[in-house]
Amino acid sequence: MIEGILVEGLIYGIMVLGVFITFRILDFPDLTVDGSFPLGAALMVQGILLGYNGWVALLMAFVGGVMAGVVTAIIHNHLKVPNLLAGILTMTMLYSINIRILGNRANVPLLNQDTILSSVSTRFAGIVPDEYLLLVFFIIVVLVIKLLIDQFFRTDLGMTMGAMGNNEQMVISQGVNPKTLKTIGVGLSNGLVAVSGAFAAQYLGFADVGLGQGIIISGLASVMIGEFLVMKSNKIGVLTLCAIMGSILFHGVMYLGRYYGYLINMTPNDLNLIKGLLIIVLLVLTQSRKLKKFAAKAMVSK
Amino acid sequence: MIELKNTSMLFGAGTVNENLALKEINLKVKEGDFITVIGSNGAGKSTLFNLIAGTIIPTTGSISVNNIDVTREPEYRRARYIGRIFQNPLLGTASNMSLEDNMMITYRKGFKWLKRSLNSKMREFFRKELIQLKMGLEERMKENLAMFSGGQRQALTLLMMVLSKPALVLLDEHTAALDPKNAAIVLELTDKFIKEYKLTSMMITHNMSHAIEYGNRLLMMDKGEIIFDIEGDEKKALTVEKLIAKFHELRHANFENDRALLTEE
Repeated sequence: MIEGILVEGLIYGIMVLGVFITFRILDFPDLTVDGSFPLGAALMVQGILLGYNGWVALLMAFVGGVMAGVVTAIIHNHLKVPNLLAGILTMTMLYSINIRILGNRANVPLLNQDTILSSVSTRFAGIVPDEYLLLVFFIIVVLVIKLLIDQFFRTDLGMTMGAMGNNEQMVISQGVNPKTLKTIGVGLSNGLVAVSGAFAAQYLGFADVGLGQGIIISGLASVMIGEFLVMKSNKIGVLTLCAIMGSILFHGVMYLGRYYGYLINMTPNDLNLIKGLLIIVLLVLTQSRKLKKFAAKAMVSK
Repeated sequence: MIELKNTSMLFGAGTVNENLALKEINLKVKEGDFITVIGSNGAGKSTLFNLIAGTIIPTTGSISVNNIDVTREPEYRRARYIGRIFQNPLLGTASNMSLEDNMMITYRKGFKWLKRSLNSKMREFFRKELIQLKMGLEERMKENLAMFSGGQRQALTLLMMVLSKPALVLLDEHTAALDPKNAAIVLELTDKFIKEYKLTSMMITHNMSHAIEYGNRLLMMDKGEIIFDIEGDEKKALTVEKLIAKFHELRHANFENDRALLTEE
């Protein structure tokens, strides 16, 4: 049970890192995610079924995700469409594209195929105990991705992107086109989301166009749980770690809801309600925490 | 260096709110000029700055820099040689990032690549530069800018702008949102930096005595026109009384209403 939660949390944690980049760093609420997650899954499954190596299929998923994000950014930048609407547009179009990729089917299983996960389990069988194999693999994968993101945001380009969500005027004043930064950021974010979808498809053993439904809410809830863990930090390494921890905790809560919810008469259909309520509760808690901090400050200054 | 030819700006054309914010302005800014710009609200000072910076595109006329037409060049491109500071101290820096990150972002103009420039050498350089501000900021380089006061942030914005070596500096009432003490500090620093680095600058101010005290040239604007443009010795001989009398003479209007805005002290 606990490995299951951790593995799921880590797989979806890659998606949460993507959501963190758009929502928190770029201040660009990007709903493309609901489409790019199943896009990654579809490209992965179809790539494997066509006989490509798993890592090649993963790269395809990443590139596909980046392209989806770039489309959203272009719609927003050049047609002056609000970012939320631009994301919804791409997401809607992706629904049809994903079905196309899956060969006009809504669900394609990955039965007895060589995936990245199956090759990892055959190669390391016996070295790492079976039940922990996936866990160890995903810890490594997510850690590598996290460190790469951290490095990116320490470069000049990454730092400028960091300023973007906070102060677009400052970015303009530095002679940088904010549209370019948005395109890079939203593209990168959706690339990560698609990679997450690709791993999810291998883990679940199928790709489904409905996989992405509500992903953005899961991602946002995870980001917020992660932020709740640490008061405030300006260190990118801490922030990305929080996003991953948030994802694991979120999946823990969802797991409890799914398997023990019946104790309070909950059905799996209530999970979406729980996700929404979770976000609202987190918002309220963060607000009251801020107020308390403010009050404490006022006391000190008196 | 910068030249505006018959530049007009019409807002809300064809509506009841139609407003000719600038009327066929002709202006030549020479290299090394430090121009102070005064005028009451609605005189067109900010519109003039927005046109030069590229935030808005003029309805008619042209703007050129070193004889190259830049009328349609977008703001972010012009920002590569123009350094602008706004009234709002929050606009020059990113609150959610550390002081050193902010300095690194603004150190070089233009697109940033996948390079890590912030190293110990850079930090040491920033530290030395920060000492000039005499605010103790050199000890707080890892702190987020949200922790700093408006005066500190504006002084920092000024320093960061100077370090990026712009060809033209636009100061848009950059001390107006600060308390008197900080405003004086930032203004002193501004004057010092402009002289030290020989920066071509334009400064909007509501304070007549500041407009007279600083710079080598003064522009007075009213209702979208530059009504008064003096420099050199003529400007040095100027006093607040003479300036008000001049306005009266030129516009045959009373200055009384504007006295509150154009503070004299």
